[in-house]
Parts: sequence; structure tokens; C-alpha cells
Amino acid sequence: MLVRVDPPMAMLAELTHRCPLACPYCSNPTELLAKEAELSTETWADVFQQAAKLGVLQLHLSGGEPASRRDLVELVIAAREAGLYTNLITSGIGLNERRLHDLDDAGLDHVQLSLQGVTAEMADRIGGYNGGFDRKMHVAEIISDIGFPLTLNAVMHRENLDDLPATIDMARRLGARRIEVACVQFQGWALINRAALQPSRAQVDAAKETVARAIETLKGHLVIDFVPPDYYSDFPKACMNGWGSTGLNVTPNGTVLPCHAAETIPHLQFDTVTERTLEEIWYEGDAFNAYRGTDWLPELCQSCDRRDIDFGGCRCQAMAVLGDAGAPDPVCRKSGGRAALDALLKEETKEVAAPDFVFRR
Amino acid sequence: MTQDDVPYLPRGVRTRFDTVRKVDVLLGPERVLVLDQVGTAVLGRLDGKANLAQISTDLAEVYDAPLEVIAPDVIAFVEDLRDRGMVHARPR
Repeated sequence: MLVRVDPPMAMLAELTHRCPLACPYCSNPTELLAKEAELSTETWADVFQQAAKLGVLQLHLSGGEPASRRDLVELVIAAREAGLYTNLITSGIGLNERRLHDLDDAGLDHVQLSLQGVTAEMADRIGGYNGGFDRKMHVAEIISDIGFPLTLNAVMHRENLDDLPATIDMARRLGARRIEVACVQFQGWALINRAALQPSRAQVDAAKETVARAIETLKGHLVIDFVPPDYYSDFPKACMNGWGSTGLNVTPNGTVLPCHAAETIPHLQFDTVTERTLEEIWYEGDAFNAYRGTDWLPELCQSCDRRDIDFGGCRCQAMAVLGDAGAPDPVCRKSGGRAALDALLKEETKEVAAPDFVFRR
Repeated sequence: MTQDDVPYLPRGVRTRFDTVRKVDVLLGPERVLVLDQVGTAVLGRLDGKANLAQISTDLAEVYDAPLEVIAPDVIAFVEDLRDRGMVHARPR
């Protein structure tokens, strides 16, 4: 049966893997690309044009830290010229008043500022960067003065999930319109640090209550999006809204991925923008077609009434936990893989001190 | 919201015609909404001056529909967008 392939809506451009922070849950691969491998300004500009023609509406400029690219302003100009809604995903480090004004002039639509903690002590420890929190707060003030729409992206885990009420207060104080309460998903560096980052059931229950209450009381003032810690869910997330259905990801050297962690699936072959057009890669690329649609799903998912809700969940999670990217996401209570996930959870959330972080370096 | 509120698209939220899908879309932070004809008609009247009552009256005239049918639909649509952070409003 032929799978109907819609054009992509969103593209994540990982401009660089360079970053002044060393967060132990970074979603970048554990093998980081060097500056020398990065695409040029001109190549990125061409990729943005191709993306817009392909149907991409929203561009997320990410990294690493995208401000580590000296040509960030030029890249934003190129993205807006292509007609893309342009979002900057940043830690704030590397931005200053002049650069933010230049980004404003370039037509940047939105800023998403990451938050490692609500105190300097916590944030600088998690980010592995002394003074980072104070600089971030200063950048947040400038963002607010300029009037950029701001989303606070609060990455939550075992060490800071109890600070959730203060985190939501901070979003209000910084004038954010939106907060993403993003509980760590276990890919990349987070997988290495899973035991140190995994919250307890009690923490997760409290967080869910806090979020539900805040959504009600802050309606019309702050949009709250909650990404739950999915090991505690009964059913898998609709990862990427379905593989190869909505979004694509371009790495610093131009490799095009169906999701940021797809390179952890060893048998997949990926194309690069230096060898093929984005359109060919999206519609014909082997990696994009590997798990596209639902025809490839195992019988358990085929016959499930949630087939078209979660599409069998996350391929990279099935790979990470079960060693089989084609298996149902082990988060699913109906799946045989759930026992393996429960065993991990039990082992890693014992009432003992969490292990030390392995910082991203 | 009340009929007196003046809704507007805040910075970072804009409509455009999607030339690939041939539909009007509303773009905002991490959100893309496909607009139908009614949605486009309502948002096209968010000029930062008209209040909800005026917008509904205008739509009722242009589409030759009863105001008592149009007005509740308009306020529900705008309120929903307000809750998603895509529309802001100030009292007139």
C-alpha cells in the first residue's frame, strides 16, 4: 500500500554542536561534530530556501548553542527571506544587547530560552558553567525590553522537578508568553545520565498536579505545554507526530534526520544536503521511509485502537531500551518491552543518592 | 472576553497564505493553525481598533447572516485563540 506523504511543517536546524554549557541531558549525539564540519552560511541559506519550497513553515534554529555561530544574524536574515517563521532556541549565552537588536532587525520571530534551574546554584551546576545563570537573566531582560515573544524552556528532572512552582513563577516574572515544562527524554547525553535524571513517581505526580492547576489559573496569561517523563506514562508519545510525517532535522554537517536521535539506529542510512536536495531526501530518502506511516508496524500496534494516535511511539526509545528500533515503544503497557522499562525504572529510582552526572564536554 | 474587548495579533503571531498547501495559516510560537474561510475573515478584521461587537456586526453584514448567530461563534473562536496565546486583547 502506498503511504501518502505530506510536506513537512517544521525544520530543526542544528547550526552547530558547539555550546558553552555542558548539560548532562543534552539531546545532541554523544559524538559531537567539530566546527570544521559545519555547513557554511551560503549552504544553510540554500537549505532554508529549499525547506520553504518544500512546505516548511516554521524553522527552529538550534544547536548546540546557535549563538556560537558568528553568522547567526545572517542566517536569520536568510531564513526570513525564505519566508520561514523563525524561532531561536538558545541558552542566551553568547547573546548581548547589540546582537539581540541585530536579530530583531533581521526579523527574528520568537525566542525560546532554556532554563537549567531557578537559582544560580542549580542552573550553573547543571549547565556546568559558572555565571551562566546571571548572564541568562540579563539576556532575558533585554529580550523583554525588545519585545520578542518569549518561551521559557524549562528542562526538568530528578534534581529540579520539585522547583516546578518556582519555575512557572519565573516564566511570569520574565514576561514569557509560554513555558515548556520539558521533562528530560532519554536520548543523547540524557541516556548516559538516566539514573541521575530520572524523577520519582511522587515527583511526577506532584508535577502533574502543579501543571494542571497552573494551566487553569494562568489561562490567558501564560501558555503551558507539558512534556511528561514518558517512562511513567501508560502509552507512548506520538514521537515526531509520526516518523517522517511533520518535521525534519538537519545536523551541523548537513545530515538530514527524521528526528534528532535517529542516528542511534545503526542500520539507517542518512542523506546530506550536500549530496541530494531536501525534497528528494524527504520523499525518497531511505531513513525517512523506514518507519513512515503505519504499514511497517508490528501486529500488536496494527490491531491497536491507538495505532493512529501514537504510531507505535518512539523508534529511538525502542532502540535504546530493547535494541530493536522496529519494536513497539517499551513505554506501552500492552507491549512485551514494558517489563524491561519497569525493571530499569525500579533499579534507577531506588531510595539512594543519584549517581554523579557525566557532563557533556 | 466581552463584546467590548479589542482583540489583536501580538508580535510573533501572523497569518500568511501557504503556497504549498494552498491554505491560509496562522503562525505563532511553536504553533501552526490552518484557517478556514471564517477564521480568515475574523482574523482579517483584527486591526487593533475594532472591538468584538464591531467585528461581529461587520461579518453579519458582509455574510448576510444573523448577528445573534455570528457573535457567539466569533467570541468563542477568538477566546480559544487567546487561551492558546495566539491573540491578545485590551479593553476598548
